[in-house]
Formats: sequence, C-alpha cells, structure tokens
Amino acid sequence: MEPFVFHRGLAAPIDAINLDTDQILPARFLRKRRSDPEYKTFLFHDLRFDPVGNENQNFTLNQEAFRGATIIVGNSNFGGGSSREAAVFALEAFGIRSVIAPNFGDIFYNNCLKNGLLPIVLTKPETDQLRKTLHQNPGSRIDVDLNEQRVSTDNGITYAFEINDTAKSNLMLGLGQIGLTMMHAQRISEFEARYNAQLYS
Amino acid sequence: MAGQTIVDKIWQSHEILLDPGSGESLLYIDNLFLTDSSSFHAFDLIEKEKLPVRNPKQIFGVPDHFASSKSKKLLDIADPDRIARINDLESNCKKWEIHHFGLDDPRMGITHVVGPEQGITQPGKIVLCGDSHTSTHGGLGALAFGIGGQSGHVLATQCLWQKKLKQIRVTVSGSRQNMVTAKDLALKIVSTLGAGGAFGHIVEYAGEAITALSIEERLTVCNMTIESGGRAGIIAPDQITFDYLLGKDFAPNGRDWENAVKFWKTLQSDPEAEFDREVFIDAGSIEPMVSWGNTAEETLPITAYIPDPFSIEDRDRRESLSNALEYMGLTPGTKMTDIKIDQVFIGSCTNGRIEDLRAAANVLKNHTIKVPALITPGSNLVRKAAEAEGLDRIFIKAGCTWGEAGCSMCVGMNGDIVAPQKRCASTSNRNFVGRQGSGSRTHLMSPAMAAAAAINGRLTDVREL
Ligand code: SF4
Repeated sequence: MEPFVFHRGLAAPIDAINLDTDQILPARFLRKRRSDPEYKTFLFHDLRFDPVGNENQNFTLNQEAFRGATIIVGNSNFGGGSSREAAVFALEAFGIRSVIAPNFGDIFYNNCLKNGLLPIVLTKPETDQLRKTLHQNPGSRIDVDLNEQRVSTDNGITYAFEINDTAKSNLMLGLGQIGLTMMHAQRISEFEARYNAQLYS
Repeated sequence: MAGQTIVDKIWQSHEILLDPGSGESLLYIDNLFLTDSSSFHAFDLIEKEKLPVRNPKQIFGVPDHFASSKSKKLLDIADPDRIARINDLESNCKKWEIHHFGLDDPRMGITHVVGPEQGITQPGKIVLCGDSHTSTHGGLGALAFGIGGQSGHVLATQCLWQKKLKQIRVTVSGSRQNMVTAKDLALKIVSTLGAGGAFGHIVEYAGEAITALSIEERLTVCNMTIESGGRAGIIAPDQITFDYLLGKDFAPNGRDWENAVKFWKTLQSDPEAEFDREVFIDAGSIEPMVSWGNTAEETLPITAYIPDPFSIEDRDRRESLSNALEYMGLTPGTKMTDIKIDQVFIGSCTNGRIEDLRAAANVLKNHTIKVPALITPGSNLVRKAAEAEGLDRIFIKAGCTWGEAGCSMCVGMNGDIVAPQKRCASTSNRNFVGRQGSGSRTHLMSPAMAAAAAINGRLTDVREL
C-alpha cells in the first residue's frame, strides 16, 4: 500500500449529495478484476458518460481544468449504500488519493483507509466553502497534510480534520490491514492454539 | 458483574486483543464463506501481498451469484466475465485446498443456504462472508455478518478487526395467526424498526413467537436483519437447533457432539443482561405483509391501501415516499390487492429452502398461474428434496419455471432480471431501486403470498384464495 503522509494535488469539486457506491461504481462492473486495463473508466461511469459513451461535460472530472484530479471534494453522505469495496478500487485506479466530504458511508470510509486513500471529514460549511473555491479557481491545488491533520488551499484557507490514531499511523506507514495484523502474529497463534484445544472439550 | 448477552459471550470467546487506538477488537474467525461475485478481490489481495491462506479447512467457496438458473453447465452462462469469476473461485479454492462446492457439486447452492444445511454454521461460532445477508446464519445461534471487502484479510490471518457493535433485542410475544409466516414476521419487524432503525447494531430475536420457529424460519428472520440496517441477527440456540444440526456432515459427532451441546446450551443472554434498546412486538397482530416502496420498511399488511405522502409532515420523509411511489408506479389510496403484477420470483437465501417451496406448492396445487413465475431452490439439496416430494411437478403443472439453484432473480447478477417498469412479486429481501434489474419494481412477500399473486396476476391475500 502506498504510504500517505503529505499530498499536494489537483482537486475537483463534486456537488451532488448521496453519491452512493452504486454511482461511484455501477453494479455491472463488479464482476471485473482490478487488473482490467479499463478499470479507471468505470469510476462514476454513468455520470461521466452518456449511454453511447460520450463524456458528459457537466461532470467536473470531465472538464479540462479538472482532468487528472487526485483529490475530490464531495458533499453529504459520500459513499453510502452498498458495501462494495470495488468503489474504492475505482477511485484508486483513477488516481484519487483523498476524498473530502461532510460525512461518508461507514463502510466506504473504512474501505478507503484500508486501501491507502485518505477520507477527510470536514464540516458542511467547510466543504461548501472548498467546493466554491474550486469552482471559482478551476485547476487549483489542495495540500493534504496527514501528519498535521490539515487541509489547505493556495488562497489561504486551512481546515483541521480528525482521524483515529491507528488509521493515521497505518496510512503514514503504508501498512495495509494485513500488515498491521501480522504484527500480532504471535498472539494470534497462541490464541488459536488455546481456542482449538478447548473446542468441544 | 452485569449479565452478558449471547453476543457478549461469543465476542469474549473470540477476542484476541483490543486496539485502544481504534477501539477495534481483533476477533478470531471460525469460518469464512467465499462467493463468485466478490472473492476474486480477496485472492488478488493475498497474491499481491504474497501471503498464503492461513486455515484453508475453515474456508468454503460456493459460486451462487453468477450461477445460471437454466442449467448446471458453465458454458451455458452467456457472459464471459461471469464464467471467468466462477472459474477464478474454483481455481483459487483448488490452489489453496479450500472446500469448494462447485456448480455440479450436489451440495452447491446459495452460500447462506449451504452453510446451515451442511452444519458448517454452528452456535457460538463467528461466521463471515463478503455478502451482507450473512446475517442469515444467526438463525443457528452463530454471530454472522457481512464484511464487504475484508475477505482477503480473513484468508491471510483468520482474524477480523471489528468494533464492538451495539445490541437491540426484539421480543416477539404471543403466537402467529393462521397463514402468517416467518417472512411476514420479518417484514413486520423491519417496518417496526425502520430501514435504518437498527443501523450498526446486532439484533437478538427472542420471545415465544421466535422460539416457536423452525430453523428454516429463524434463518428467514435473521436474513432480513440487514434491511433494518443491522449488521447481524441472532437467535439463541435450543433443542430445535441441536436437532437440526445432529448428523450433518460438518457438525461435530460422537463425544464432540455431547461436549458441543453442553457448550451451546450456555449460549443464552443472561436474565440481567442489558441491551442498548428493547423492542416489543405482538405476533398476534401481524397479517400477511407486502412491501410497496423501495425499502423493506415500506411494507404494509395486504389488507391495506397505498399511503398518501400528502399527509406526512416531515419534508424529507414526504419526498422519499413520493419518490418511491413514482418509481414503483403506484397511486396513493390504491387497494394493495388491486395492484397487478407482471411476474413472480420464489427463491433466494430468504425464502429458498424446502419449507418455503412446500408453502408455495401448497398454494399452487391445482391452480394455473396467470403471470410467469420463476422458482429457484436455495441449493441442489433443496432441489432434490423438492423433487422427491413431487413439488417440481406441482410447480410445472401450474405453469411455473423450475430453475436451478442460485441467487438468480434476487439480484439479477446471473442475467435473470425483471425488465424496466415490470412489477415482480418476490420472496427475496431487497426492493431497492434497480435491485432486480434497472427500473424493476419489486414487492417483497412470503412464498405463499407470491404463489397466490401468481395465480391471480395481482397482489393477493392468500387467506382468501
Ligand atoms: S440470494 Fe440474494 S440476498 Fe441472498 S446471497 Fe444471493 S443475492 Fe444476496
């Protein structure tokens, strides 16, 4: 997993609320493997493309100024709905490193953390302000500093965010969840031996 | 010390450690089920991290989502991605020596039907699967929940990080009216709790109307827990549970069996145990239920009328109700029994077991259906049992299609979909927008009610048939 310490990147605003995981990655792409070279085109597919496959110019990620965005500033209830982890795979394949929103679907939030993508919760007024700034200055960058737990724009807006300590250090070390668990290998083995010994006895 | 709930007891016996930073426990996992629709990501992950499967004997793979209802042959599946994913599951299981119940295995079926049927699911175990309806297994007194994308982690470590969940107890007292099934009870519970009412909770079901249920009925009730937002549903094991498990292939036997039963008997919530919330329902008040909207909360007795959003004060509620009515193509004030349907689906991990098929056959006997009906058993063993009892002949004589085991039209991933704007009476568990196919309109109900709807071509009160 790629460590996340500090990231400066092009940020795109997406204003829609309730952008659920089915909109992030429509269900019919769930049977695709991540190694599929087309994987990045599945992200927001039905919002980004019309039924014959032309790009929808109203969708920010398709607009020239936002091409190559690595940060998304979204709105309320980002990533709610079905628990599909592949929604995060699609964001990752597209090159997104961080999503900022007033609140996230529970499972989606955790899936981001597990995959080295930083979900940032700011207040509703803060995210509204960020999106407004991005609309007014298309193509501008945002600095995401995980160590300092701070988000800042080039025109001087800075917001602090919260994240739990374990998630933070895992992201900074680039430690996938398996790697973290493996640090407890000894205790797991001891537990397992005890557990099996008392089973049905 | 305050008393413990059944979930507290299972939690305690599986907790390896507690991480104070995140508040999550590292839990030891007894069994993990893998399906064709998502497990390939799990194997890709461990491959990427160059890690082996830790305990292959505790893992089970079953292809259910992409399995065709028309044939057992892989090559009859039209879509190359679906074939590829079923093959991935098989080859990954073979590679790691994981139990695999493939398409032609007599034990194949929907994962949540197979686990209990084989006796893999047992009281006191922690059982996981990538799929949210893993809650089904709680009907046997196991703590079982869906884990989205964490199957790779479990494959590599046989453990899961999980924050302790809050607990609700739903006590259903009294006894059911005639012709009221476990599905009606489940729909009533969900509409009482609300679609998000049990969000992030584990729900224990108790009370005499619950203990009176057969195991298959308990599985139906626990299955629907997800629709109220709960992560897991559980019912304390009792003699009915032990009788169900005795002699099953993966259940303990001999001296192990005696010891297991002794242990299982301790899996009850203590009388002084405290829940975060308690909900009480009178079973006697429940009628046959049918959903009309896009969450299982939006369910009413079959004798009711489609509600009018106009009368609702709360703006958000009013809006979501109007949206649901529009999507479902329904007019407020319509009598439920006047709603015409286009097709019927009987099956899924909610209602695809033998008792469900018997209930449907009982209604369909000596009738001819007016709209197409697809009936798919929950497993190959259910299919075989149904055929041994002659249920298949009743279905076919009535005009139904008798399909092969799998998830089929519950989610439409195998291509069995409901066309846009078509209305389906379904025994599955979800009536979300697009669940059975883009634009599909789903009405959830019991197998008996779905059979009655097939006969009349409209929603029907099975009691009046
Ligand atoms: S039958 Fe439906 S709910 Fe059950 S596992 Fe299959 S798709 Fe999921």
